[in-house]
Amino acid sequence: MCLALPAQVVSLHADGTATVSLGGLRKVISLALVDGVGEGDYVVVHTGFALSRLDPVEAEKTLALLRDAGSSRGADR
Amino acid sequence: MASKWSRRLDWAEGRVDMTHGSGGRAMAQLIDELFVAAFDNLLLAKKNDQALFEVPAGRMVLTTDAYVVSPIFFPGGDIGSLAVHGTINDVAMAGARPLYLSASFILEEGFPLDDLRRVVESMARASREAGVPVVTGDTKVVERGKGDGVFITTTGVGVVPPPVVAPSGDRARPGDVVMVSGTIGDHGVAILSSREGLAFETSIESDSAPLHRLVARMVEVVPDIHVLRDPTRGGLSATLNEIAQQSGVGMVIEERALPVRGQVTAACELLGLDPLHLANEGKLVAITDRRHAQKLLDAMRADPLGAQAAIIGEVIDDENRFVQIETTFGGRRILDWLVGEALPRIC
Amino acid sequence: MKYIEEFRDGDVARSLAAEMAREARTDRRYRLMEFCGGHTHSLWRYGIVQMLPPEVEMIHGPGCPVCVLPIGRLEQAIALAHVSGVMLCTFGDLVRVPARDRRSLLKAKAAGADIRIVYGSADALRLAKDNPGREVVFFAIGFETTTPATAVVVKQAAEQGLRNFSVFSNHVLTPSAIDAILGSPEAREGRIQVDGFVGPGHVSTIIGTAPYERFAREHRKPVVVSGFEPLDLMQSILMLVRQLNEGRHEVENEYTRAVVREGNARAMALVDEVLELRPSFEWRGLGTLPDSALRLREKYAAWDAERKWDIPYTPVADHKACACGEILRGLKKPTDCKIFGTACTPESPVGSCMVSPEGSCAAYYAYGRLAKKRPTNDL
Repeated sequence: MCLALPAQVVSLHADGTATVSLGGLRKVISLALVDGVGEGDYVVVHTGFALSRLDPVEAEKTLALLRDAGSSRGADR
Repeated sequence: MASKWSRRLDWAEGRVDMTHGSGGRAMAQLIDELFVAAFDNLLLAKKNDQALFEVPAGRMVLTTDAYVVSPIFFPGGDIGSLAVHGTINDVAMAGARPLYLSASFILEEGFPLDDLRRVVESMARASREAGVPVVTGDTKVVERGKGDGVFITTTGVGVVPPPVVAPSGDRARPGDVVMVSGTIGDHGVAILSSREGLAFETSIESDSAPLHRLVARMVEVVPDIHVLRDPTRGGLSATLNEIAQQSGVGMVIEERALPVRGQVTAACELLGLDPLHLANEGKLVAITDRRHAQKLLDAMRADPLGAQAAIIGEVIDDENRFVQIETTFGGRRILDWLVGEALPRIC
Repeated sequence: MKYIEEFRDGDVARSLAAEMAREARTDRRYRLMEFCGGHTHSLWRYGIVQMLPPEVEMIHGPGCPVCVLPIGRLEQAIALAHVSGVMLCTFGDLVRVPARDRRSLLKAKAAGADIRIVYGSADALRLAKDNPGREVVFFAIGFETTTPATAVVVKQAAEQGLRNFSVFSNHVLTPSAIDAILGSPEAREGRIQVDGFVGPGHVSTIIGTAPYERFAREHRKPVVVSGFEPLDLMQSILMLVRQLNEGRHEVENEYTRAVVREGNARAMALVDEVLELRPSFEWRGLGTLPDSALRLREKYAAWDAERKWDIPYTPVADHKACACGEILRGLKKPTDCKIFGTACTPESPVGSCMVSPEGSCAAYYAYGRLAKKRPTNDL
């Protein structure tokens, strides 16, 4: 239930599926659980389904927070 | 050229039937038109039940393995080429030069002749390219349902040249360096990608390859390599654990030093597997005295099959005989044997 | 792999560990439950546990759908697999879990049952399409992360009139499990102390972070919803330490790149359309809990394996020596179990906690033996 990974949408298909790429490996997954996902977006994939779109802005914020950890009390919570 | 057989074998549509294993005319034709023709060597062409050859001076090595891989054809190889490479490699891991192979086939009634031909021709090609002929063999047919298409057993003989001190699993010593000849997990991922229910596209192919020439280079430069082993089923983790047990030592492996292709890492992430648990069919682990490590590494890298060779860790004193991994975090964990099969998971 | 590797940076991990060491007070303990088995796995796989300050203690929770599946349900699945013509599709995780008398799906397969390992529900549906003459049953397990995928295929099967496909639903709910932990006799008697929770990141992509607010409020415990990469976990543990130091008990979201407070409405609506609450369901280790699991709605009865075949449910108790139940409730650690590493090993597991890759016992055995003085590497 926990094994889900971010993968990039490479192409959308007419039947509600998409081909995603994870480190060069490609897989066809279902987009039935999400909407508004376009080519180039990242989605979190679990057992062949996208569960949510990955927000790149939030990802960067989290990374910045993590990298700040040692230097100060960290950015906004 | 007129065929000496009254009926042609139907390669396109024909299937193996019980007469192909009965010792009669049909079997003789199959052996003649397929096996002898493909393997094409003087010893086999004699058509005796055994091959006669001079025994070179030295210590002889004998090994055998059965191949039951499914699917039979996979990216980068098939059961035939695997059967040749795997047995050559087991001979080579003793530091030996492989001389000859035997091949026995158990065919399931109904197995398509076209598939059989593909497999045998692949074996013949592998044998030719490796310079190790298949000099004797056997064919049996079992009833439909009692076999999985084809099972192949190959036996190999080889000789360890005089200057070589035979590597052995019990010779690893604290302070030794652990090396691997290239990327791990490729074969396992290639097989998984062909299994039903796990469809993913990858350009990863099996690394199935004969390692005897690489080994010959290695023992020339370091005649006293302590351990050589190819990490097949169970992957690198099984091999390292076996050696640790046999030698009564521990090991520490650096996770960041392991050569793993990007797509193999990705496939393992996706399926919840560990590349260290996946089979390799064209790689070897070498454990050597620290003083010879660089020299050995250079020799490996000079060979096409060792281009990505890397030092991955060292042997230590450990009464628990643990194989430990130093993670990229600097934390350590035990690298254990794979339990059961490598199965994809959701958790 | 983008958005994965950056969250595994060893240097950042060391800074986080140092920060944690600075902020963790030495005059108290921080007993944190990581609910999700995937978090347990990550903690051990990356050696995070050894990097935490000694005051921080991680307690493993019941968020492992394989571990909480009662043996009786597994027995039913095995029985289904033996029904003539049935092709049982299962996740790899379940294949080696011991049922009664050391039976398992793996052994059933060896005895001739047609059992297929699938990566997901869609693969099971495809097998049904490709094999019209067979009855394909999908053995569905999982918390809220996995349930929507089951809902989608049931709906698709209904739309396509695919009558040879059915689902054996064992989907369970996270808040019910948290209720069971916090409301357990041991918790009320103070025999387990959980100061805060690392919340399940992928469950939360579906249900959002809102459902945890009542736990934070009613039990006054902080919850930090965490991603699964090692830096996510370390940051989440740091956030919990800070909340506890500051006397706060809020729900915070560390996994903002994938989780929003409201969750995934579309997925939740799909689940609601296809499945409904069971009045009660037995959980391994937690007892029988009300409104804690899901079954197919009447409208989808034709795709419900439990209605298609009459396979009675018989509760099966755990092996007497197996401490899985107490481990799942946070009462014991795997090493407190009398048979850990001796009679119960990954090779010959007595309970599912040793088989499941998310199970605490499996994680301890695989990764934790270095930390203990009773290690054994014997086969």
